[in-house]
Amino acid sequence: MSIHVINLIYLIAASLFMLGIKNLSSPATAKLGNKLSMSGMAVAIAATLASPDISGFTLIIIGIAIGAAIGGYAAIKVEMTAMPEMVALFNGCGGAASALVAVAEFQGTTTGFESFTLITLLLSIIIGGLTFTGSLIAFGKLQGIVSTRPITYPGQQVVNAGIVALTLLLAWLVFQDPANAFAFFGIVVLALGLGVLAVIPIGGADMPVIVSLLNSYSGLAVSMTGFALNNNALIIVGSLVGASGLFLTKIMCDAMNRSLANVLFGAFGKVDDSVAASEGPTGTMKGFEVDEVAMVLESASSLIIVPGYGMAAAQAQHVTRELGDYLSEEGLEVRYAIHSVAGRMPGHMNVLLAEADVSYDQLFAMEDINDDFANTDVVLVIGANDVVNPAAKTNPGSPIYGMPVLDVEKARTVIVLKRSMNVGFAGIENELFYMDNTMMLFGDAKSSLQKVLSALKE
Amino acid sequence: MDTGTIIVGLTIFVLACFAGAELISRVPQTLHTPLMSASNAISGIAILGALLAAGSPESFNSVSLIGFLAVIFASINVVGGYMVTDRMLQMFKKKTRKKKG
Repeated sequence: MSIHVINLIYLIAASLFMLGIKNLSSPATAKLGNKLSMSGMAVAIAATLASPDISGFTLIIIGIAIGAAIGGYAAIKVEMTAMPEMVALFNGCGGAASALVAVAEFQGTTTGFESFTLITLLLSIIIGGLTFTGSLIAFGKLQGIVSTRPITYPGQQVVNAGIVALTLLLAWLVFQDPANAFAFFGIVVLALGLGVLAVIPIGGADMPVIVSLLNSYSGLAVSMTGFALNNNALIIVGSLVGASGLFLTKIMCDAMNRSLANVLFGAFGKVDDSVAASEGPTGTMKGFEVDEVAMVLESASSLIIVPGYGMAAAQAQHVTRELGDYLSEEGLEVRYAIHSVAGRMPGHMNVLLAEADVSYDQLFAMEDINDDFANTDVVLVIGANDVVNPAAKTNPGSPIYGMPVLDVEKARTVIVLKRSMNVGFAGIENELFYMDNTMMLFGDAKSSLQKVLSALKE
Repeated sequence: MDTGTIIVGLTIFVLACFAGAELISRVPQTLHTPLMSASNAISGIAILGALLAAGSPESFNSVSLIGFLAVIFASINVVGGYMVTDRMLQMFKKKTRKKKG
């Protein structure tokens, strides 16, 4: 197949990817969109395999078989609650693939480099390499293998800046003499190290931002590889992915009212005991019994459920839906309010509730439901904390001051399911828990909900 | 690679960024996780470069072996990404209320 035909086929593939994302604009068409995107990928791969530049298929077939087996197995087995980890891992693989392609291209070139090609190859290796290790660390933090607390040490940012400077220096050396293998592999090692060092100081709760950002990096790495290989399909797709990742990153940052720089370098969630101890709200949390909670629900006519990471951690999405459906059948208006940063990745709660079979027209984004809390009888907060903290609106001294939050306290009664009396991830006290219209129900979210449900049914 | 080719490449890159941003801003919050895993899957397009490296004429040298590794990583990304996206999207249903508990 001639190179021109292949390029035309790549154009078709790119169009299919665009259509695929366009169809993600509604849950009704999203499945079709994913199929279009898949066929784009299949077409692009088929065209490449027909290229005259490929002569041996052994490694290709074995490689695809291994990769497809691992990827397919993981995709079938993964729990929906573990989706952030899964996406982080896949993303890391994408970064690694781009970087490896660039390394192979570098190794295979014997006729000397054009400067533009060399720059894009090195960028692909640096961005792809740090995406790989950064994603692995993000995975580790989401899994709890790596400490979810920010890991910081004095002079950390100086060290990181030094590594960046050293990487640029080595890149300059490679630029002077592409045969300088020491400098070249130095860049690979430094890029891998940078991914680790850049992500360890970031707290577990900020991983949604990081996973989105790394997603965008992996796209950028693909684009750079595309420039180096003069392959338009890679350039287009890379920019699509880059744009998507940046878009989600921005949504996450806006939802927390923080800049990207603050997320990357702020070591948010680093516990400052002196502050946490002295600035707590006064009053006492009022713990209630299951029967009392059930009674409040029974007498209500409208309910908004606010899920958070605690629902995912307790695997409570199914019993949440059961409770919602039960009350719905009893005549309550039941809706779900989902904050953009609830959970550990963009849209995490939506996927879990969809898994539990909640109809997607019951799920509302914050801006669509926030005005309704004031006219709502009961709000049920399941394992959410910072996203319902009124301090974000009222207390300028709070670390989360200015973050847009759900106005749950405006409802007549707020029921909060919480594992224990302890403060949440960022060590920030939540005034909501002390308010007069708040009922705390302590314990594991899943078993609490089960008890409430059986109390209601009695 | 002459300057003209570079400029064409950059043109494509910039225009695709705008098109991508436009399309993606219309994806609702409820589909942000599938959006992420779908865009993740298509970033596995690096597999094209990996195939070329792994199937290069002089087989079994350092280039084709690195290409082989790249094929594995990219296939995990592509196959896993699409399958998991599909699995998630299958779950998004609009129920006619009160039909089933």
